[in-house]
Amino acid sequence: MKTNRAVRSPGGLSVRLDVRALTVVVVLLLTALTASVVLIGTGDFPIPAGDVLRTLVGEGNAGQEFIVTELRLPRVLVGLLVGASLGLGGALFQSISRNPLGSPDVLGLGQGATAGALTVIVLFSGTAGQVALGALAGGLVTGFAIYALAWKRGVHGYRLVLVGIGVSAIVTAVNGYLLTKSDIVDAARAVVWMTGSLDGRDWDQVWPLLALCAVLVPLVLAHGRGLRMLEMGDDVSYALGVRVERVRLLLMLSAVLLTASATAAAGPVSFVALTAPQLARRLTRAPGPNLAASLCMGAALLVTADWVSQRAFGAEQLPVGVVTGVLGGVYLLWLLVTERRAGRI
Amino acid sequence: MLVESSPEQRAETAAAPPSRRAVRALGLLASLVLLALVALASIAIGAKELSLEQVWHGLFEDSGTYGDVVVADRLSRTVLGVLAGAALGLAGSVLQALTRNPLADPGLLGINAGASAAVVTAITFFGVTSLSGYVWFAFFGAAAVGALVWFLGGSRGATPVRLALAGTAISAALFGYLQAIMILDDAALGRMRFWTVGSLASGSDSTIVQVLPFIVAGSLLALALARPLNAMAMGDDTAKALGANLNRTRALSMLAATVLCGAATAACGPIIFVGLMVPHVVRSFTGPDQRWILPYAAVLSPVLLLGADVIGRIVARPAELQVGIVTAILGGPVFILLVRRRRTAQL
Repeated sequence: MKTNRAVRSPGGLSVRLDVRALTVVVVLLLTALTASVVLIGTGDFPIPAGDVLRTLVGEGNAGQEFIVTELRLPRVLVGLLVGASLGLGGALFQSISRNPLGSPDVLGLGQGATAGALTVIVLFSGTAGQVALGALAGGLVTGFAIYALAWKRGVHGYRLVLVGIGVSAIVTAVNGYLLTKSDIVDAARAVVWMTGSLDGRDWDQVWPLLALCAVLVPLVLAHGRGLRMLEMGDDVSYALGVRVERVRLLLMLSAVLLTASATAAAGPVSFVALTAPQLARRLTRAPGPNLAASLCMGAALLVTADWVSQRAFGAEQLPVGVVTGVLGGVYLLWLLVTERRAGRI
Repeated sequence: MLVESSPEQRAETAAAPPSRRAVRALGLLASLVLLALVALASIAIGAKELSLEQVWHGLFEDSGTYGDVVVADRLSRTVLGVLAGAALGLAGSVLQALTRNPLADPGLLGINAGASAAVVTAITFFGVTSLSGYVWFAFFGAAAVGALVWFLGGSRGATPVRLALAGTAISAALFGYLQAIMILDDAALGRMRFWTVGSLASGSDSTIVQVLPFIVAGSLLALALARPLNAMAMGDDTAKALGANLNRTRALSMLAATVLCGAATAACGPIIFVGLMVPHVVRSFTGPDQRWILPYAAVLSPVLLLGADVIGRIVARPAELQVGIVTAILGGPVFILLVRRRRTAQL
């Protein structure tokens, strides 16, 4: 099947469309939205999907309106935005490090954000908002440290990954120390935060995340071409007119911001950033970073995982991070085996 | 060396190396003295300062005074540090030689994480409470993850990145599992948050007695592997031509590393980077000969571990910083430095 179509305008402009990739993006987007509607209807007070849709367009009854717009919609929106940010951030990192395992989980960004959040929880017993700010700061500092330490006349894939692993080990030790210093109440709160949870998220978390995505997503997608060139190697992309280090720095900064803010909102939900780009790439079968598909895949994955965690464990709820952790761990092992066979790791 | 040589030749070859050998032997002796000094510091320094006389009194003329009790307590902690340090250092050296990978470390390859996950499983689901019970779980976990990492990243065409990635990825997956347990079980959280950072504080006579046989057996096996590992350093083909049994050496090396890591982790929790740093330091003055690297690593790793433990007690006085945290904070920069060095990719 021919997957690439060229669309020509009468004025002589043309654009190349990858039909399969486009279909995948649309299907994933629909999946994410459907899952969101189902998730809004799920809970102690179940609402049928039709009523959810009616309420969302403003024609539901007062009780449903309160439950949907005040309680469940912000949670689902945070889930969608966090998933999208993680998917996109993961795709960027994997492309820049040229390694399917070079995701923020392995590079220690999640650990860095956790260190920031734990500092606030354990040392200052801060509010949820302060914890989020701490996580954001921790993620940014860690990202900057990794980039600076891996810098040596340019940043190269393997050095980035290994430096990330080293930084991650240091930060993990700091986290362990903070956890042992805390009393048991703070420790329990910290461990739940460290797993990643969407419980009790409201509009206060939605707006900053939405604003950030509104700026960064178009910026990143606009640089998708440059990133695709970068995958061919620095010299080739330089010859093709890409300003290598500038594009790389910009995209890494965006990726760090996306992951850190997602972590600040929901905690370090593990493995979404790792699996979403990989699954997206397998669906589109297209080379290159597959940014849009990864973004939609991340959103769909996270919302579905949250639904699973609510349904499967009932009243005694496990945070969504446990579900993504278990599923992601299994997928990771499979990925390691197949990638090894293909010699791509 | 195997070739029959005339007496004069033998005298000649014997004349050149002995001076170097003597220097190395002297160095080993000096390392032992250093170890003794650090061990003394580890007994003397802590929340309660002890003078040297008090340490002496506690060690050799124990009469049950307050100082003597403190000495006895710190002594078992120090002995555990020596044992665990030697185990981690030897395991790291063997793994680096076996994988020909300068970044191999029991912690980094996920072997310690495997042991931790197995121990935590034993504590939570099987109600195992004694060290002698869960040391077997630790061995099983260490062996399973070691085999998995070896299969995924190392068996052929291993690169440092591959192995480190496979290890880190598996550690991440196991970490998620540990976290799920900690969320579901508050009592487990209370105990495990201390165990999972790696600490010598659990050192007691019964702990030492239980892990001692494993660490001694593993150490002897590792030291006995020096010659075949030397041969393997020249590449598989040359090693085979020199008469080394590759598969046996690999299997025995993995066995030694697993036993050593499993015992050390069961006793102290996961401690990272000791097995990475010491072999590098040792190699810088012994050269690539495993017959010297292994004994040096066995002596100098406890120096590092006990030193880190003492630092942890000084920095956070009157509480303490667990030794696993200190080694990670010391070792992380060393690791990054190794990565940044140009020739890291090859060993």
